[in-house]
Amino acid sequence: VQADGTDGNCVTFVLHDEDHTLGNSLRYMVMKNPDVEFCGYCITHPSESKINFRIQTRGGLPAVEPFRKGLNDLMGVCQHVLSTFEVRLLPEELRGLF
Amino acid sequence: PLAAAMAAKRGTDEMRDRVVLGEFGVRNVHTTDFPGNYPGYEDGGDRRRFEEAFRVDIIREEEGALEFDMVGIDAAIANAFRRILLAEVPTMAVEKVFVYNNTSIVQDEILAHRLGLIPIRADPRLFEYRNQGDEEGTEIDTLQFQLKIKCSRNPQAAKESSDPNELYFNHKVYSKHMTWVPLGNQTDLFPDADFRPVHDDILIALLRPGQEIDVLMHCVKGIGKDHAKFSPVATASYRLLPDITLLQPIEDEAAEMLQKCFSPGVIEIQNIKGKKVARVANARLDTFSREVFRHEGLKNLVRLARVRNHYIFSVESTGILPPDVLVSEAIKILMGKCQRFLNELDSVPME
Repeated sequence: VQADGTDGNCVTFVLHDEDHTLGNSLRYMVMKNPDVEFCGYCITHPSESKINFRIQTRGGLPAVEPFRKGLNDLMGVCQHVLSTFEVRLLPEELRGLF
Repeated sequence: PLAAAMAAKRGTDEMRDRVVLGEFGVRNVHTTDFPGNYPGYEDGGDRRRFEEAFRVDIIREEEGALEFDMVGIDAAIANAFRRILLAEVPTMAVEKVFVYNNTSIVQDEILAHRLGLIPIRADPRLFEYRNQGDEEGTEIDTLQFQLKIKCSRNPQAAKESSDPNELYFNHKVYSKHMTWVPLGNQTDLFPDADFRPVHDDILIALLRPGQEIDVLMHCVKGIGKDHAKFSPVATASYRLLPDITLLQPIEDEAAEMLQKCFSPGVIEIQNIKGKKVARVANARLDTFSREVFRHEGLKNLVRLARVRNHYIFSVESTGILPPDVLVSEAIKILMGKCQRFLNELDSVPME
């Protein structure tokens, strides 16, 4: 992770060893945050495995906050998907326990 | 005004929920329900609302294939799962082949390539990744297999026979001839394990009398991003749930023609008061060949769309791990990625 920006509101994170898999899903979760004015990611060159992830917030909030919240939200979504999926795999009788 | 407002709302709802397939293009492709885009809609990332709306339905679960629905998530996350299933769920596969003797017509490197592509029934969660630059391989990260086979002539064969099955022994080298050679204390670590290729009848090479193959193979843990041999799925794909609406009642011949335009089972014809009326029975079966758009009379009477947040996943495993385990692992890997960045954020002070 490398951060770089003019002030705390607009920050471009450089994430190494990542691609659209995390980039797009993280972008979606960060965009769902009403404090974020702009969020986008791009892959600088397809031969290099790194993405530039940019967040601009409105209202003076440091840009690290939506990034952290986005990561936490994505983890929460995955956790919920995982538990829902595993409950659905169980046979009928055990499902009532959850 | 009320009707106009309702029509406008229907239009926005359509833009939000459906991807519409027009005659010449697809509309409303991108997700637009972000906070602030639609006045009057509450779109912020509300955890509780997501959890209420989200559900998973298992449609079909077979030996090596799983079909399930995920309703209520977005394309970005569904695609992330698909990408991880294809490229980032680790498996064990043959990486290094030590060729002691190969007098067959299959060249060494071709033989090594074929051996690498054979799926190995070994749970990758029991093993570690091999350290970079480590040539030897320890017992916690390597599985050793041996393939030693020699073709010989069958002295009992009939004089005029030309069937190779009769004339020679061992002239076909199958994957069942690969045997596991335990390294170090692997017999203690895995007392019940039986590491072998998933399928016994994969043909590796053909031999003739006097030719033999004697190789030792090292299997390591890897991911599909590195080499496609490590990919655990035959394929993993998803599609969106089709949504077909008839804008006007369609009867008689038009109904028959409509039924032929879609996949079998999608449109059914009911007999109401003597007239044949078409009705959408099961839109899910449709493969959207868009045949309707070739008929002038029908193309304006039907709206073809897909439901934006209803994904029908189809995961087929190569046999190494069952498909439900693969999906769980993929979700855990995505969580692991997030966790990695959260840890970095916490450890490195931001200036």
